[in-house]
Amino acid sequence: MSSSTTGVTRADVCAAAVADAFKDDGEIFASPMGTMPMLGVRLAKLTSNPDLVISDGESLFLGGVPPIFAKADVVEGWIPFRRVFDVVAYGKRHVMMGATQVDRDGNQNISAIGSFARPKRQLLGSRGAPGNTVNNRTSYWVPRHNPRVFVEQVDIVSGVGPKRAAAAGPGATRFNDIHRIVSNLGVFDVGGPDHTVRLLSAHPGVSVEQIQEATGFELDVAGAGVTREPTLEELVIIREVLDPKGIRFKEVPQEDA
Amino acid sequence: MSNGKPRDKRMSIEEVVAELSDGMTIGIGGWGPRRKPMALVRAILNSDLKDLTIVSWGGADVGLLARAGKIRKLVYAFVSLDTVPLEPNFQKARQEGTIPEVVELDEGMFQTGLKAAAERLPFLPMRAGLGSDVLVNNPQITTVTSPYPAPDGSFEELTAVPAINLDVALVHLNRADMHGNATYLGPDPYFDDLFAMAAERTFLSVEEIVDTAGLTVDTPVQRLLLSRMMVSGVVETPNGAHFTDCRPDYARDEKFQKAYATAAGGTDADWAAFEQRFLTGDEAAYQDAVKAWQEEQQ
Repeated sequence: MSSSTTGVTRADVCAAAVADAFKDDGEIFASPMGTMPMLGVRLAKLTSNPDLVISDGESLFLGGVPPIFAKADVVEGWIPFRRVFDVVAYGKRHVMMGATQVDRDGNQNISAIGSFARPKRQLLGSRGAPGNTVNNRTSYWVPRHNPRVFVEQVDIVSGVGPKRAAAAGPGATRFNDIHRIVSNLGVFDVGGPDHTVRLLSAHPGVSVEQIQEATGFELDVAGAGVTREPTLEELVIIREVLDPKGIRFKEVPQEDA
Repeated sequence: MSNGKPRDKRMSIEEVVAELSDGMTIGIGGWGPRRKPMALVRAILNSDLKDLTIVSWGGADVGLLARAGKIRKLVYAFVSLDTVPLEPNFQKARQEGTIPEVVELDEGMFQTGLKAAAERLPFLPMRAGLGSDVLVNNPQITTVTSPYPAPDGSFEELTAVPAINLDVALVHLNRADMHGNATYLGPDPYFDDLFAMAAERTFLSVEEIVDTAGLTVDTPVQRLLLSRMMVSGVVETPNGAHFTDCRPDYARDEKFQKAYATAAGGTDADWAAFEQRFLTGDEAAYQDAVKAWQEEQQ
């Protein structure tokens, strides 16, 4: 299914899918890590959810919605790291993080590949993933969906999925809310059997089989649909307002969806 | 009668390092590649100090100390240079197993551990850590059951984050007076006040030492982050956070950071050359070497 007539790219579809992950959040701090999450969050603020609170990625809440390469705008608040931690615990936050690995149970790893004692590849460290996932809504963005990212079991659990949270007790489950995983191939949640990762929709032009092949565990695909294409309004906002330089194509190369 | 004037705490970089000893637990302020007390870190590299426990939201401070074999135990939540996401010296140390003991925490747990220390508590409860491998890889960290019921009547089990008590905190701010009152002028205070209160003693480096009155002459009083009662010594180290960010005095030196990361991620000879050029002399020699390097890049 080609959309060559409108020139909708896969990156545009991803941006709209990220935006949809934030559309029902109400007035909370949307905290995107990386290019596509930032694009999607700002798209949501300009379309489905103008109440979102967004930041410059450093220490300021922005009153306006600048392009993703710009930082300056009207300032509406101060959010240094210490207050980020306050808001995590307060709960009015939805973070979209990256994931070097994500597994069947919705656990995420950004700490290290291999054993913790002697990693094959040291990554960032846990960062805020353990705290995010038991305090506020958490989603993940995966720009290159493949079986090394979508694995049966992550090497190290940084972000906590629902099963691990349940095993840790009500203190962990009470605010555990793994909302969406958006990849360059599709959109997922953890609504499969026993809270496992489930395919919600395949992006236009991507088959369910293709996604299953690129995934290192068996996906629940029953009921999977097709990810919606961005509206004309969204396309104009993405291309003319938020990302006229096409920074999004560095993450998801330009191709017709 | 005294004149009521508090004591002068000005010191040299060398005098600060002389106050440190083998096996100490040292907290390093700032955040990743932002406002790190790099002049003090560089001086530690050039000292005989060893077996240190380093506590840091880490950047090149951790990378450099790890590469120099100074760290016996590392407490961190991440080590990153931001624009170079993975710190090559830290990666190398972890992958080669040269840091004997590592404690990887969630970012917020790290803050809570410092807060417990600052409040002289043995621990503080929080949710972060529950269900994650932070608790698996750190069996010394346990949980505590709330004595009070949650709204659903359950008694929640929470992470009991142990206090991170520091022997010494090293922090870098923009301005201070000779007594140790200090302001940050950039976008974020980070947690330098918390490091100071979690530590027995705090040594502060700053871009500029000014009169006490000068601290607030053109700066809101809310930017006074450290009170002198938290500070044992003050060192003036202009450009002392280089190559990390120290706005508004200077932004991160991205080009130099790239050169650092390239050398750190390169061959042993690449690293030896970088070390030889930049890290074998004192702070003045470092600043001269950086200036010469920057002129070459023009």
